[in-house]
Amino acid sequence: MVETGTTEAGRQATAALATPEGAPAIELKGISKAFGTVQANKDISIRVMPGTIHGIIGENGAGKSTLMSILYGFYKADAGEIWIKGRHTPIPDSEAAIKAGIGMVFQHFKLVQNFTVLENIILGVEDGALLRPSLAKARKELKRLAEEYELNVDPDETIEELSVGHQQRVEILKALYRQADILILDEPTGVLTPAEADHLFRILDNLRREGKTIILITHKLREIMEITDTVSVMRRGEMTATVKTAETSPEQLAELMVGRKVLLNVTKTKAEPGRTVLEVENLSVKDEDGVERLKGIDLTIRAGEILGIAGVAGNGQSELLEVLGGFATGTGTIRINGEEIDLTGKHSDGQSRRRRGIAHVPEDRHRLGLILDFTAWENMVFGYHADPAYQKNSFVMDNAGIVSHTAEAMERFDVRPPIPTLPAKSFSGGNQQKIVLAREIERNPDLLLVGQPTRGVDIGAIEFIHKRLVELRDQGAAILLVSVELDEIRSLSDRVAVMFDGRIMGHGPVESATQTGMGCLMAGLGGDDVRGMDGWTISDEAAPEETD
Amino acid sequence: MDFATIVEILDSAVRLGTPLLLACLAGLFSERAGIFDIGLEGKMLMAAFFSGAVAAVTGNAWLGLLAGVGGSMSLAFVHGLASITFRGNQLISGVAVNFLASGFTVLIAQSWFHQGGRTPQLSGNGRFEPITLPGAEAVKDVPVIGQIYANLLSGHSILVYVAFAMVPITWWVLFRTRFGLRLRAVGENPESVDTAGISVIRLRYTAVAITGVLAGLGGVYLATGLAAGFVKEMTAGRGYIALAALIFAKWRPVPALGATMLFGLLEAISNRYPNIDLGVITLPIQFMQAVPYILTVIILAGFIGKAIPPRAGGQPYVKER
Amino acid sequence: MEKTPKWVDVALIPVLNLLIAFVISGIVVLLIGEDPVKAIKVMVSGALGSPYGWGYTLYYSTNFIFTGLAVAVAYHASQFNIGGEGQATLGGLGVALVLLAVPWPHWTIALVAAMFGGALFGAAWAAIPAWLQAKRGSHIVITTIMFNFIGASVLNYMLVNVLRPPRSMDPATARFPAATHLPTFHDIPLVGQFFSKSVPANVSFFIAILACWLVWILIWRTKLGFEIRAFGRSEPAARYAGISPVKIVMAAMLISGGLAGLMAINNVMGEAHRLVLNSVEGAGFIGIAVALMGRNHPFGVFLAALLFGFLYQGGGELALETTIPRELITVIQALVILFTGAFDNMLRAPIESFFVARANARKEA
Repeated sequence: MVETGTTEAGRQATAALATPEGAPAIELKGISKAFGTVQANKDISIRVMPGTIHGIIGENGAGKSTLMSILYGFYKADAGEIWIKGRHTPIPDSEAAIKAGIGMVFQHFKLVQNFTVLENIILGVEDGALLRPSLAKARKELKRLAEEYELNVDPDETIEELSVGHQQRVEILKALYRQADILILDEPTGVLTPAEADHLFRILDNLRREGKTIILITHKLREIMEITDTVSVMRRGEMTATVKTAETSPEQLAELMVGRKVLLNVTKTKAEPGRTVLEVENLSVKDEDGVERLKGIDLTIRAGEILGIAGVAGNGQSELLEVLGGFATGTGTIRINGEEIDLTGKHSDGQSRRRRGIAHVPEDRHRLGLILDFTAWENMVFGYHADPAYQKNSFVMDNAGIVSHTAEAMERFDVRPPIPTLPAKSFSGGNQQKIVLAREIERNPDLLLVGQPTRGVDIGAIEFIHKRLVELRDQGAAILLVSVELDEIRSLSDRVAVMFDGRIMGHGPVESATQTGMGCLMAGLGGDDVRGMDGWTISDEAAPEETD
Repeated sequence: MDFATIVEILDSAVRLGTPLLLACLAGLFSERAGIFDIGLEGKMLMAAFFSGAVAAVTGNAWLGLLAGVGGSMSLAFVHGLASITFRGNQLISGVAVNFLASGFTVLIAQSWFHQGGRTPQLSGNGRFEPITLPGAEAVKDVPVIGQIYANLLSGHSILVYVAFAMVPITWWVLFRTRFGLRLRAVGENPESVDTAGISVIRLRYTAVAITGVLAGLGGVYLATGLAAGFVKEMTAGRGYIALAALIFAKWRPVPALGATMLFGLLEAISNRYPNIDLGVITLPIQFMQAVPYILTVIILAGFIGKAIPPRAGGQPYVKER
Repeated sequence: MEKTPKWVDVALIPVLNLLIAFVISGIVVLLIGEDPVKAIKVMVSGALGSPYGWGYTLYYSTNFIFTGLAVAVAYHASQFNIGGEGQATLGGLGVALVLLAVPWPHWTIALVAAMFGGALFGAAWAAIPAWLQAKRGSHIVITTIMFNFIGASVLNYMLVNVLRPPRSMDPATARFPAATHLPTFHDIPLVGQFFSKSVPANVSFFIAILACWLVWILIWRTKLGFEIRAFGRSEPAARYAGISPVKIVMAAMLISGGLAGLMAINNVMGEAHRLVLNSVEGAGFIGIAVALMGRNHPFGVFLAALLFGFLYQGGGELALETTIPRELITVIQALVILFTGAFDNMLRAPIESFFVARANARKEA
């Protein structure tokens, strides 16, 4: 059963979900919020009953986080009302939200890195001007909460010493210590391993049993189906539907999210791999703190094939792209077209890589791929600006030539608006990505490194980008694709490798890769599901049996 | 060099180190809250002028102190406006504050006193006179301990004792109180404070105000304790040396005492022995004057332990979308 | 997104900020019992009312163009160089050493050599903070401040112990040979008749203008400029593009220090004809105000340097003819830095939201 929430009928249907005996824990009525000309939230209404887990699902940029920031007092809504436990409760700031019993676990944790767990817990809710009694009280309370909800953390450890999963527990503890009975979690599993995510869901289940109300924001359908009681779908700032989880299906939710049937498969012919383009042997990378992030990677990619790297974010995929792209140093051997390339020193930088025919569409286009204040034409040669073709003479660059070249490229890649002198920040996410893609693909690289090519990109642009990548493959380029979207990996790749903890756990043809098998590998596990995948090579590092 | 000389040099080091210590602790509060402050120099100068001027007119050092601290706090408020309210560049604001003080003090001094940018000589109650600790007279002839007590510990103005007392107080406030916890948090990660329902703006203004008071005391001591009146540019880079000491001390109160006293000692030595003959080479006075700056550069370069400033330092707080 | 017209950013906001700085300065003048209108008249007639005044105004402007460009170039690489004072001090040392070392036959050759010496010493003094920033992450603002003080000590030592001629009590070098004296505006054909012999403005002014043009080419037309701007806007993106942070920080700071050091051809070689203590007289710091005011664009720097040249000369006249000390100029300078730099958002935020609102209103209409 699906209702559209913005219509009158939809609103009544939503109201029908409320149990008659009690008021909802949270009720949002007609919330609207605009940033400049962008309407982030448009007349949104939800009700969430106490003791339930309510999912809010939607694509990136659908307005989920804005809505929750309004509920937590970070932004002021332009219109609409917030009702908590049956009472109209204006929330002008975070203090009011905390008072109303709302706790929030942000996607990026709001913890003080060099404080201990205890100090972080009491920050803002100290019992007096002196710290000692507050710390003692928090220590006792923490012990109780840990036992009650499986939320164990060492209270005296500093945050920077804790794993991401434990840091998240501190955030939950912070909310519970503030007597929150409404808990909002924003994309909580994005940074977690599958095992950590499972543990989180057990915690959430415990909290629900104790009568807490939970709002779970995510874009992962599987999580919604697994844990929520009800789910709201957001699209382009609007609430398109609210349904009972038990009465819906992933397919239906996906359709509601994007507004039409999703083509999960890209039409492409079978790959015809040619010569070996990239050979990587025993590649290791250490980060600034000396922690090994890549632990002896071996892989090869041949011309005319796409190798997809699957894995939970933070398992070394970024480092792999960085070292291949020339802005991290490492040890080991990388050969491109049979020739070894430098991993450290002067000739290991991005421009040397580009001269070798390696192009790179980075994972984070805002931080790396573009200079947002630069114009489109400056971005179109960014990284290739030293190319002799762009120089007027030995002193100055041929700016006019670059502008006209950019205008053509923008036309070919359907960048809108096709105005080379506009700064990059004034283009939409999809068009920004097309500028990066145009820059990197245009020179017909031998090897293309692509990270999260469709993150924050609208549906229309996704199809365009996928098509271009397959075209490039068919022209004989080798492509290394890193994505946290398993669906994207499955539909684009010819071969798949799964990374866990800086290692490749297994690799093989995409046809025989199963969802459960890949899931196990992503968690660093071997087992029957993995062994069942035909043609796959499994690393010895994968734990032989599932330990779950 | 006999023991009496050593005590004399140390005594001089304490005097010269005191304005540095006050300014250093001032900077500590601001920077621990995430507001970089290269305007300590200007705040001290402003305080030195107003304390000198008001003490000269009223003949009362305490009124001078109030006026001096007020002058320093007005500049602290300007820095707060720029760094907190208007989210401007804190370094540029600091530069502006220093010039503002440098020009303004001479302008007003000339207009009020017509003495070429000075204030009249202070005497009597216009200055903070030395305090003789009980029994100092009696024990001053006792070797070593008596000498130290009578000549090093006793005989300083009240502000010297205040400055030294501020060291444990600062430590206690920072690490043992709710305010200190929040202050350190806002300098490391203001989002953590904001999401906890505490006002980042109020907290940072408070820190900047404390900086104004302490830097003001440093300036007041210059004009009414160390010297007897205000002279044009009398801070002579002490605000920058205090900044250097703050980095040297890695933003911690107790090491701040050590660093400022070390720099005070260097100044005391170079005042007494302009050229130091080390046998092989003679250290010229110019080298001694440059030592605090050279040491700071070496510390900043990380050759002797890394100085890591508060993580959110220098960045205006903007709520993220 | 870009709703604010460009002229608002490059003209309206700087001019408004300047206006506020002047109004506040006027109030200060009133408070010390003087007449602001008379003060302005004295300044204008003193600085611009005669060729003599212009001769000084342009002399000061020349200094400020060099130090303003120095701050601007570093700023494009997101390096805040507060060390212009020390770099110009060392530049003076370089110029003096070059001019005293060789009996130069003609001022043209001497000028080329002195430019080389001044730029080299200035760049060298910027090189250490730059290297420490690039390699060890030491905050360049703090290290350049420290190097200003160390530079003053170095100069003091050199003048007192090394360069002071025997039997001279003055901490200064010997006079430079007459052959190295630069032609002043008085010596230039055609315009020379207007300027008296004593005006200090000299051919360095034209070199400063040339420097503006070259810096413009560097920043907006060359590969290095592209890389400097890219690095200044986003260091991670620059690294992704294969731009070496070490190379850019070093290059930008060496050019910056070199420009600051070049100032010495004006004040040391062109005017004083010997090196004295504190010959820079705060011009390195004024460069900060000039660069901020000029929005780090060479043409803006040129205009702002003219303005500050006027203020400096006018302030000097003010001290002579009224009881207002020349420190009034320091106050104005501080207010300009404050309003164009630190308080920038005070006007910018409301003005920009005004234009956004107007653009939205138009769209809806």
